[in-house]
Amino acid sequence: MGSIQLKQVQKKFGDVEVIPPLDLEINDGEFVVFVGPSGCGKSTLLRLIAGLEDTTSGHIEIDGQDATSLPPAKRGLAMVFQSYALYPHMTVRKNIAFPMRMAKMSQEEQDKRIEAAAKALNLTDYLERRPGQLSGGQRQRVAIGRAIVREPAAFLFDEPLSNLDAALRVGMRMEISELHKKLETTMIYVTHDQVEAMTMADKIVVLHDGYIEQVGSPLELYEHPRNKFVAGFIGSPKMNFIEGASASNRNAHSIGIRPEHITVSDAEGEWEGVVGVSEHLGSDTFLHVKLADGSMINVRASGDLDIKYGEKIYLNPIEERIHRFDANGLTM
Amino acid sequence: MARAVTNNRKALNTAIAWAVGLLIFFPILWTILTSFKTEAQAISDPPVFLFFDWTLENYSVVQERSNYMRFLWNSVIIAVGSTILGVIIAVPAAWSMAFVPSKRTKDILLWMLSTKMLPAVGVLYPIYLLFIQLGLLDSRFGLVMVLMLINLPIIVWMLYTYFKEIPGEILEAARMDGASLKEEIMYVLTPMAIPGIASTVLLNIILAWNEAFWTLNLTAANAAPLTAFIASYSSPEGLFYAKLSAASTMAIAPILILGWFSQKQLVRGLTFGAVK
Repeated sequence: MGSIQLKQVQKKFGDVEVIPPLDLEINDGEFVVFVGPSGCGKSTLLRLIAGLEDTTSGHIEIDGQDATSLPPAKRGLAMVFQSYALYPHMTVRKNIAFPMRMAKMSQEEQDKRIEAAAKALNLTDYLERRPGQLSGGQRQRVAIGRAIVREPAAFLFDEPLSNLDAALRVGMRMEISELHKKLETTMIYVTHDQVEAMTMADKIVVLHDGYIEQVGSPLELYEHPRNKFVAGFIGSPKMNFIEGASASNRNAHSIGIRPEHITVSDAEGEWEGVVGVSEHLGSDTFLHVKLADGSMINVRASGDLDIKYGEKIYLNPIEERIHRFDANGLTM
Repeated sequence: MARAVTNNRKALNTAIAWAVGLLIFFPILWTILTSFKTEAQAISDPPVFLFFDWTLENYSVVQERSNYMRFLWNSVIIAVGSTILGVIIAVPAAWSMAFVPSKRTKDILLWMLSTKMLPAVGVLYPIYLLFIQLGLLDSRFGLVMVLMLINLPIIVWMLYTYFKEIPGEILEAARMDGASLKEEIMYVLTPMAIPGIASTVLLNIILAWNEAFWTLNLTAANAAPLTAFIASYSSPEGLFYAKLSAASTMAIAPILILGWFSQKQLVRGLTFGAVK
């Protein structure tokens, strides 16, 4: 079991309120991702759940039990840190064994679990090495191994992939998702990378300046963002925001349209513009189009589109894909 | 051309370094040489450098007149004991300053160090009286306590610098893994800080070994370490330079040898934090 409830949890550092009182419910077995720009309070929130920071007010419940004032060790949670935080003076085996040793588990049981974890994480050949002799990806796997042997109520991941190179990150992303499917344990994952959030999460919590902007499944957030911030943060490339005539024609203060929801024409369309830089990825082409009023619009077109710098084109938004926002940035 | 200049520069720097090194080492060398001279040669004018009748007589006289081993043993107990005790107290102190600092941590560190700026003689009287009251005069235990206390600021300060280098996340990981504070310090922090603790220990053994003010003032016969052993040769019957030198050589030899073998650790210890 691993359900977690935050009730009016607040965190202040001195006079600075990092997390204004917030409520959040995490169900057992869910993969929840906290996402937001740096400084939005997502890591602090995770550390509050872990018990590494004390809450200023409010309650944290784990499986219905009040855990607000429990020390980290007593909460039954395991954490994987951005820097891996392995014990450099211990071998991989001893690193993985450490939480079990602290729990005074029998040597036999320890060995059994180490073998199982090592096998699952492809670490069997590295058990006698020290962290310094491992690559970044292997270190991250050791950190995960150290977390799973405890059979925790929930796993907490604090930007675990940001120290890895791009290719490895995609691989580890898959491995963590796979692990979640296999263990069916609650996982809370913090990242600033919305692609990681979209690809891994059952539920995404978008944070901004300590406030929860929206909670929902990846597709909910993509299709029905609650406000301009979520609309702009979720999705890659970013949503285009347009004000002026196009917006007022649609009874909105501003409208948003995703690059993939715009069609290109050389004859006619709502907006006329000049092609600036175009990025050819093979599968897609990203066009940066400058409109007559000077604003820029990004368009995602098909990969075989042959278009030149400075060419004049027309853009048409797909009407039913348009997001309308009021003057406060809230979705209408 | 540029290279030649650089090489000349290097040679010059090397020469200066050697000159300074020899200058610093000369008194020790002179003491060692003098210890092998006769008393007459030791005070001859002009002084003789290498060409004299080498003799071991001073050493045998010194050994006959006083029990070197007893002084040595006292020195070892006082230096090692005060250092170990100091480290045991300083590890938790440095841990709290490095990992859970308060607003006043920097002030406390400075204040601790400021006690080293006070002339020792300023507190001799109260401490002497305290020692009489507690019956600690001329006891090894008393000296261990005093030397531990006077070196504690340096031990805490050094350990604090080492601990600051250890990423806090690793200790948090230990906490998440279920380690109590004691286990966190014992199994994670201390093993990771072993190189730092080793240089701290070495430096403090040397400081305590060479400490003369308190060891001379608070001991008479029983607990007297090697500093008192040397001092007893600069004494009433007049100065016997050769014998004094032999006693000094015997007193500094153990620590000189220890220092020689642990040079690397010591240099690291003294420059740590400064260059990272």
